[in-house]
Parts: sequence; structure tokens; C-alpha cells
Amino acid sequence: MKFPIYLDYSATTPVDPRVAQTMIPFLTEHYGNPASRSHAFGWKTEEAVEGAREQVAALVRCDAKDLVWTSGATESINLALKGAAEFYKTKGKHIVTVKTEHKATLDSVRELERRGFEATYLDVGPDGLLDLNRVESALRKDTILVSVMMVNNEIGVIQDIAAIGELCRKRAILFHVDAAQATGKCDIDLQTLKVDLMSFSAHKTYGPKGVGALYVRRKPRVRLEAQMHGGGHERGFRSGTLATHQIAGMGEAFRLAKLEMAAESERVRAMRDKLLSGMQRMEEVFVNGDLVHRVPHNLNLSFNFVEGESLIMAVKDIAVSSGSACTSASLEPSYVLRALGRSDELAHSSIRFTLGRFTTQEEVDYTVSHLRTKVERLRDLSPLWEMHKDGIDLSTVQWAAH
Amino acid sequence: MAYSEKVLDHYENPRNVGSFDKGDDSVGTGMVGAPACGDVMKLQIKVGKDGIIEDARFKTYGCGSAIASSSLVTEWVKGRRLDEAASIKNTQIAAELSLPPVKIHCSILAEDAIKAAVEDYKKKHQ
Repeated sequence: MKFPIYLDYSATTPVDPRVAQTMIPFLTEHYGNPASRSHAFGWKTEEAVEGAREQVAALVRCDAKDLVWTSGATESINLALKGAAEFYKTKGKHIVTVKTEHKATLDSVRELERRGFEATYLDVGPDGLLDLNRVESALRKDTILVSVMMVNNEIGVIQDIAAIGELCRKRAILFHVDAAQATGKCDIDLQTLKVDLMSFSAHKTYGPKGVGALYVRRKPRVRLEAQMHGGGHERGFRSGTLATHQIAGMGEAFRLAKLEMAAESERVRAMRDKLLSGMQRMEEVFVNGDLVHRVPHNLNLSFNFVEGESLIMAVKDIAVSSGSACTSASLEPSYVLRALGRSDELAHSSIRFTLGRFTTQEEVDYTVSHLRTKVERLRDLSPLWEMHKDGIDLSTVQWAAH
Repeated sequence: MAYSEKVLDHYENPRNVGSFDKGDDSVGTGMVGAPACGDVMKLQIKVGKDGIIEDARFKTYGCGSAIASSSLVTEWVKGRRLDEAASIKNTQIAAELSLPPVKIHCSILAEDAIKAAVEDYKKKHQ
């Protein structure tokens, strides 16, 4: 077993060796600019770019012509939200999104608010899921855009994109979906989903960092104001010379995802369930987010009465994410877990385990026994655990705040 | 975040972990901090008839620096008079553990914990 064990696949994934092999010739051999129409160098890379577009389209069942290459999901989301809002601003100025979205969405919507748009940030339930009635009642006559992520990056819950799409389409409101964490993990069928814009990333699905795509529906047609000018590449939506090697890599990564998704999900689910049952043999361990409407790759747990940063310190052999950003004196618990109504303490003591293609059973077993030892040790150190064991309800204690 | 070797040592091998009986007359207990802030320290001192701290115990819910700060002060207070213990400054703790600026609050909390334990003991013996 190699240490540290990587269980942070939702942060990024390693590039699959098959993807890397696909990419290399486009750096040294096929280096033509795909926009060069006058020679074979350009024809060769244009062919590769269009082939990759077909591969991405095949995974999400859309027309390849509907896809625009970008530098990643953050750029796709920025282009989708700012581009649509600016284009349709004469139609209305209201945007709806969710409190648990990725910062790429939340910060883009904040920027649009600064430009004069109005935004509603929907609450989720304690399970992390959206209530459709709440979505519907947030829609106004002047709502032009709704943005919801398919799979949450922290807790892995899957929102009901099909149903939200129906609500939006009925009212001719544009619907953007952030699918960065969804590709290769759950079925995406843009033939049936009433989705107008969808953002993708390569590096969450065993492709390279620095490339992504935006789906822009043509039937019914969706218009966007370009955010990047210069040359009119990608139907004018996104200028700039295409990163051929990155795009070829994303294409291959998505081809593999389509091919291997079913078997991989099953394998990962079995390991995730074993991880969960191993951890649940400890007391006071809580799952954050719904377990049913959730990708099999994600497990987010809170270990009560253990402080988050000391927990991360204790598990330095395992690369995981913490729900607590302890980089400053003022601790900031995860806003996603806070939106689920988790207390600061539980949000602080959370760990996100995300499994993937190269995770082994042996690594999962090690993680369980390692975590249990460390949590028990920290609890032996914890005055809160002692009080809990003495039957004291901590919420009734008067703390000497500092 | 990079931790100093001393912080790591105290974190990996904390000294004097545990609890004394709170009701014991020779024991002073200080509990400071709050769970919502991310640290709670419980420091207990056992004081001899001569007014010298014989022994100390701690339990801490908090980051590595908080655990290290409280572990360190249990070593420092032993063998000291109450007023000597209460005069330990957070800057001494921070310097000993090479705490970075964002972790200074851990040393302040440890100083407060000593003061609270001494005060608790004094209250019992008024």
C-alpha cells in the first residue's frame, strides 16, 4: 500500500494512464492549430478536437455541436451564468440558485447581483436535497435563470434535475446545471432532461486539469453574451486557441467514463458501504447528506466531540478533505454543512471521503481501522467526550466564550 | 499548516492527560473555551498543603496547537506556587511552542485555563 492513501477524488482525480497516452502525441507530434484551415497540421488537430467533442457528447447524450470547450467547470459556469444573464437582462433580472452550490456559481451570482440582478438562494433540507415546492415558489415573472448543481461536491447528493427542468421549461426560464461532479458517476441524458446549459470538467473524471466544456442548447436555442473575445472560436461563445492535447484527453476520459461507469460505480459503492459500516461501529458518527440520492463515491461523516483540525492532523496518512477551514484564527465551518442545519461543532468535525477508480479494498480497510484508533485517542483527550459520557447535555452548558 | 516539532511532540505524546475528582478539596478545575469556537480546555491542578502544585491533568478539545499548549502547561505548573502558576504568560507558551500568529489564541486559552484552575482552588479555600 502506498501512503498517503488518496481519498479525495472529488477534489481531483489522477489522469487515467490511457488518457495520458492519448494526450501526448498532441504535444509533440500533432501540434497544429485546429483553427488552421490551410494545411494538414490544422486538419489533423481539428479532427481530434471534433472527435473529442463527439466523445463528450456521447456520455451526456447531446449533439456534439451543442458543446463549447472551456478551461474548466469554473469558466463554464461563469460563461453560462454571466453570459445568459447579460443576454436576457431585458427579459428580467431575477436569478435562482441554491445555498449549497459550488463557489463558482455562488460567486458568479454575487457578481451578477453587484451588476444589478436580484438573486434568491434556496435552502435545502437536512438531507441536502431541494424541495420542489420551494423551487417552484421561488420562481417569479421576471426570473430568467435557475442554476442547480447535479451532484454536490461536499456531500455527493443528487438533485432532481429532471423535475426542476420541467418547472423551468414550463415558464421559459433558462436552466443551468453544474455537472462537474456528476460525469461518470450518474446517468446524464440531455435528450430527455429539460436543461439549457450544463457545465463539465475533465479533471473530476480522470481527465487533465485545465479543460472543460459548456453545453449550450440549440433547440430551443439558448443565447449567451461571450465573456472572452478574440477570434470568434467555438461559435463565438469562447475565443482562444483550443488546447488540443487537453481536449483530446477530456474526450478519452469521457469515453472511458461511458464505458466503465456501471461496473466502476458498483465496485466503488461496495467499498463506500464497507467504509460506512466500519465507521458506524463507533458511537456518535453522523452521515452528512442523504444516503440514497447520492453518488456511490462520496461519504461525508461528522465525528462528534472531536475537533476537525486535530482530526485532519491525526489522519495525515490519508488524503481527505475537512469540512472546516482552519487556516485562520476564526474557524469557518463548511457553508454546505451549515446549510443542512449542522451545528458548528459537527460541521467542524466532518471529513469527506471520496473514492474512485484506483481505490482498493485494502486502502478502505486501513482507513477504517486508522480512523477508529485516532478518533478514540482524540476522544480520550476531549473534555466534551467526557462530559457526554457523564450524561451532560452540552447544549445546556454555559461556556466561558473567548 | 506546518507545525513546530514541539507542537507535534505534545500532540503525539500528550503529557498528563486525564481528570482528577472535581469535588476533591485539593483540586482546582479550570474549564475555558467553547465548542462553537473550536476549542475547550479543561485544566486541573492538585495542590499540596504547602500551597505547591503537586500534579496537573488536562483534557482538550481543539486543534494540535491547543492540545500542545495545554499539555505544556501541565508540565510547567507542577512544583510551582499558585501565584507563580497564575503568572505564566501566553507569550511564554507561544514562544516555547513556536506558535504561528493564527494559533496565538491557543496559548491565551491555556493561560486562561491556569488562571481559572487557580481561582477555583482559591474559592474552595476561602
